[in-house]
Amino acid sequence: MTTTDNPPQSDTEADTTEVPLSDAGNPIGFGRMLRKEDARFLRGQGNYVDDVRLPGMLTGVILRAPMAHARINSIDTSAAEAVDGVHAVLTGETLEGVGLSWMPTLSNDTQSVLVTDKVRFQGQEVAFVIADDEYIAQDAAQRIVVDYEPLPAVADAKQALADDAPLIRDDVEGRTDNKIYDWEAGNKDETDRAFADADVVVRQEMLYPRTHPAPMETCGSVAHMDPVTGKLVIWTTTQAPHAHRTLYALVAGLPEHKIQVISPDIGGGFGNKVGIYPGYVCSVVGSIVTGKPVKWMEDRAGNLMSTSFARDYHMTGEIASTADGTITGLRVDVLADHGAFNGVAQPTKYPAGFFHIFTGSYDYGAAHCNVRAVYTNKAPGGVAYACSFRITEAVYLVERMVDCLADELDMDPAELRMKNLLQPEQFPYTTPTGWEYDSGDYPRALQKALDMAGYEALRDEQADVRAAYDNGESTMLMGIGLSFFTEGVGAGPRKHMDILGLGMADGCELRIHPTGKAILRISVQSQGQGHETTFAQIVSQELGIPPEDIEVVHGDTDNTPFGLGTYGSRSTPVSGAAAAVVSHRIRDKARIIAATALECDPDDLEWEPGRWFVRGAPEQGQTIQETAFAAHGSLELPEGVEGHLDAQTVYNPPNLTYPFGAYICVTDVDTATGEVKVRRFIAVDDCGPRINPMIVEGQVHGGLADGIGMALMEVMAFDRDGNHLGGSFMDYLLPTSMECPSWELGETVTPSPHHPIGVKGVGESATVGSPPAVVNSVLDAIGVRHADMPLTPAAVWRAMQGSPLRTDLAIE
Amino acid sequence: MQVPETFDYERASTVEDAIQRLTAHGDEARVIAGGHSLLPMMKLRLAVPEVLIDINDLPGLDHVRLDGDELAIGALVRHAAILDDPILGEHYPIFADAERKIADPLVRNRGTIGGSLCQADPAEDLSAVVTALKGSCVIQSANGRRTVPMREFHTGPWETAVGDAELLVEVRIPVRTSVGSSYHKVERRVGDWAVAAAGAFVQLDGDTIAAVGLGLSAVGAPDMTCPDAEQALVGGPASAEAFAEAARIVHDAVSPTADQRGPVDYKRHLAGELTRRALTDAARRARSGSDPVDSEEGNA
Repeated sequence: MTTTDNPPQSDTEADTTEVPLSDAGNPIGFGRMLRKEDARFLRGQGNYVDDVRLPGMLTGVILRAPMAHARINSIDTSAAEAVDGVHAVLTGETLEGVGLSWMPTLSNDTQSVLVTDKVRFQGQEVAFVIADDEYIAQDAAQRIVVDYEPLPAVADAKQALADDAPLIRDDVEGRTDNKIYDWEAGNKDETDRAFADADVVVRQEMLYPRTHPAPMETCGSVAHMDPVTGKLVIWTTTQAPHAHRTLYALVAGLPEHKIQVISPDIGGGFGNKVGIYPGYVCSVVGSIVTGKPVKWMEDRAGNLMSTSFARDYHMTGEIASTADGTITGLRVDVLADHGAFNGVAQPTKYPAGFFHIFTGSYDYGAAHCNVRAVYTNKAPGGVAYACSFRITEAVYLVERMVDCLADELDMDPAELRMKNLLQPEQFPYTTPTGWEYDSGDYPRALQKALDMAGYEALRDEQADVRAAYDNGESTMLMGIGLSFFTEGVGAGPRKHMDILGLGMADGCELRIHPTGKAILRISVQSQGQGHETTFAQIVSQELGIPPEDIEVVHGDTDNTPFGLGTYGSRSTPVSGAAAAVVSHRIRDKARIIAATALECDPDDLEWEPGRWFVRGAPEQGQTIQETAFAAHGSLELPEGVEGHLDAQTVYNPPNLTYPFGAYICVTDVDTATGEVKVRRFIAVDDCGPRINPMIVEGQVHGGLADGIGMALMEVMAFDRDGNHLGGSFMDYLLPTSMECPSWELGETVTPSPHHPIGVKGVGESATVGSPPAVVNSVLDAIGVRHADMPLTPAAVWRAMQGSPLRTDLAIE
Repeated sequence: MQVPETFDYERASTVEDAIQRLTAHGDEARVIAGGHSLLPMMKLRLAVPEVLIDINDLPGLDHVRLDGDELAIGALVRHAAILDDPILGEHYPIFADAERKIADPLVRNRGTIGGSLCQADPAEDLSAVVTALKGSCVIQSANGRRTVPMREFHTGPWETAVGDAELLVEVRIPVRTSVGSSYHKVERRVGDWAVAAAGAFVQLDGDTIAAVGLGLSAVGAPDMTCPDAEQALVGGPASAEAFAEAARIVHDAVSPTADQRGPVDYKRHLAGELTRRALTDAARRARSGSDPVDSEEGNA
C-alpha cells in the first residue's frame, strides 16, 4: 500500500459509553462484541443450502439459452432422458401443463420459468434436467437438442424504442413496443421556472452501468414435497422467506400452511436473493414430479447471467444555480433498462423505487424527474446490490451533478457542498419530491470528514503534484473526491409501501424462559449481517439480559412470525424496532409481576438494566431472571394478568430512517497508463446509535469495497447481439483487498426521532455513498468533467484523450 | 457448480513413463501439472480430454540452476518458486517483476512455468519473459530431446511445438553480464490477465546497448516480440530518446484486438509506453549491477 501522511484512524463516539459486561465478557446492551455466528462460520460448520442432503435427493441443472433473442421451434429431450441416472427433463411445455411456465415478478409483470415461445436473454432457462447427481445432469443437458431461430436483439437501451426495434414482449397481448412505463415525480412547472431564472445551468449525461451483486454463494434450493403429508419444504437462498412462502401459495395454488420455507445460512444476498427464480420453481415442480427431494444449485455463470442485476440507468441531469453557487433546482431524465422482464423489486407505488429522492442532501426548492423504463434482451431484475431501492443511482446523479457545477463555477466542491447542505434546524425536512427526512446534522459530518482528511493540506499536495506533471517530471496526477449522501431505509409504512400487495410491516416474538434465558423470533433473515448478535443486543439493552442468554431464531417460516425480510437495510429500522417493542412489553409485564412478588404497587417500581426495584429502597427488587421464574411459578397474579413472560408485536414503521454520511476519496492516477490507485478513503457515517460498532464498521468496509469495485472495474456489458460479456469472475471483476486502502472511518450520532431506540439502517450506506466519491476523485485528478463507470485504465486514458468509452456495450 | 465431463486420470512416475502414456493415448490425453488453466477449461467444458496424465510426481523437473552459460529451469517449477528464486533474482529480476503480477498467491503456488508456456495463451506473462530473454525450450519424446527457441515455440494461440507424445521438460535462458531486465504490466485488477505487458533485457557495453530483448504480451505481437525495435536499439545509446523510438516502433508494429480490457488505440499506446518503461528500468538495472527489485515495486 502507498504510505500516507495521515495514518488510518478511527473516530467513533459510541465506544466511549460505559456498558456493563456479562460474565462472558459481552456488553449487556450495545457495544462491541464478536458475532455469535462466528463460532460456526469460522469452524466451517455453517449450514448453507448446498449443505442440505436429504435421503434420495436428486439434482437438477438448467440448460440455458446460448443467444439473446431466438424463437424456439422445437426441443428434443429424448437423448437426455435416455441417459442412465436421469429421472426427468422439464421444459416450458411440461410446466405449461401445470400452469407454471410463466410466473409473476415483483413488479406485477410476468416472467418465463422455462421458455415456451422464444428466448429473450442469453442465459435464459430453457430446460431443467433432474438426475442422480449434477455430473449426470450436466452430461444429459448437453444432449438436449434445441432448434433456435435467431432474432435480432435489443442490447442497447437507447435503441429499445426505435421504430424498427424488435418487439421483445410479444407474449403480452396488445403490446406494440418495448416501453414498460413513463413515471415522473416532483413539480415540473416550478422546476422549469427555477431553471429559467438560474444564472448557471449545467447538463450532464451519465450512465450508472449494469452491475451484479455477485454473492459468494450463488442461488439455489432444495425442494421436498412429501407425498404422504402433502407438505412442501423448501430450503432456499432467500432474503425474504415469508414473502416467498406466500408467493408460492399464490402462484402454485398450494395451501400456505403446507409450505415451509427455510432460509438457512446465506452466503451473501445484497438484493440478489429477494426475488423468486425459475430454478426454485423447477426444483419444486421436480420434487412433485419425481416424488423425491430435488436440489438445484446454480453455477457462477448462471448467477451472473440470469439473476437480478443492479442499476443500468442512463441519466441526464441538469442542475441550476445562482452565480455564487446557491443551488436552485435539479431535474433528471432517466432511461431505465429493465431487461427482458420487469422483475424489479420495488414498493408498489414507486416503479422507479426510491429514485425520486435524488435531490439528495441539499436545500433547494424545485426538482423534477422523469423515468422511462424499457425492455431489452438482457437479464431481468434491476434492484439489487445494496442499492436501497435505487437511492444508489439517485445519490450518484446528484453528487456527480454537484461536482459538475463546482467545475463550471470553478468552485471548490467541498465549499459548494457546505454552502448548500441542509441545516440541522430544517429537520424534519420535506424534500421537493415528498420525502420527509427524519433527522440530520449534515455540516457537522462533512466538517468531520474534511478534518480527518486534512483537506487543505491534500489540496496543497495536489497542486504540487499537478505542477510536476505540467513540467513533464511525472506522469502522475492526484485526485480528491467528495460525496455526501442521504439514505432512506427501513421500508416501510404500510399505507405507502407494499410488495405485490404485502405490506412492509414485520412481526416479532420474544419469550423469556423460566430461568431468564430468552428466545427471540424475528421475521427478517440474515445473509451475513450478524442478526443473531445484534438482535440479541437489542433485547439485552432493553431488558438487561446478557446477549449470550438470548437465542435469535430466523429464516424458517414455521418458526418465525410473518414479515417481508431483509433488504433495503430494513432489518434494524423495522425488525429492530419490533425487537425493542416486544422487549418493552416484557419489561412492562415484568413490572406487574415483580410488584406482585414484592407486594407493592407497580407504580412504586423503578427500572435499572435487568431489574425492577422499589423506589427509595433499591435493595428491594427483582431481577428480570427472578421475575421470569415467578411468572412461570405459583405466584398468584393479579386478575387479567396471564402467567409466563412472552410478548409479540407487528411493527409498522411510521417513516423510513435517513442515515447519511460524508465520504472523501484520494486517488493517484498514472496518466500514461490510466491506472488508478485509491490511496485513502475517509468515511464519516451517521446511522444513529450503533448497536454493535464492530458490525457496523464491517458493513461500511464491505460497502466501500463495493464502491471501489463499481467505480473502477465492475460492469456487465453486452455486445450488439446481446451476448453477455461478464459471465464469469474472469470477466466480471470484483475488487480485492489489493485495490482497497486501509479505511479511515468516522462517526457522528444523530438518532432517529421516530424509531423506538433511535437507530437507522446502515447496511447499504457505503455502497450508496462511495461510488461518486471515487469517480469524483479520478475526474478531479485528470481534469475531465465526466466519464462513465467503471473507470478502468482504458476508460481513464480514453477520457483524457477526449473520446470516452461507452461502458455498457462491447469495446470496439 | 460447474462440473467437467467424465475423464480418466493417470499419474505418471517418470518423464519416460509420462511419454509412454501420452503415446498410448494419442491426442485425447492432456498433461496436467498445476491445472489452473486446464481445470477451469474442463469445468466450462471448453476442454474435454479423455485422459489426464498427472506429471506432478515426475522427478528432475523442479530445478533452477546454472548450467554452463545458461540458466536451466525445470518445467515443473512453480510460479511461487520462480518469484523467490535467488539465482533468477540475481540474473534476471524480470522474473520476479512478472511473477508479482501473475494471478494471485493461490495460483502461483500451483501453476508451473511449463504449464504457462504450453498453455500458449497470447496474454500470458512468462512466455513474454522467456521471449524477451531469448530463451529456449527443451522438449523430450521417446526419441530423445530437442531444443526449440522460445520465439518458435508457440505456433499459434493455444498451440505449441510440443507434439502429442512429447513433453516440455526444461526452459533455458542464456546468462549475460552487464545486463538488466524488467517487466511492466497493466491489469484492470490484481489477478486479471494483462491489458498489455512488456518485458525487456538490456545488455550494456559502456553506454551502448550490446544486446536487447523484448517480450510483449496481450497486444498481438508476432512471436510475442518486436525484432524491428530490437534491431533499432542494438549498437545505439541506452538513452531516453532511443527507448522512446523503440516504443514508437512497437506501438506501430503490434496488432492488438479490442475487448473489454480496452480498445485498440489504448492497447497500442500501452504497448509502447510499457516497452519504454521496461527498457528504461532494464537499462537502469544494468547500470547499477543486477540490483534487487526496486522497493517501490515491493508491494505491487
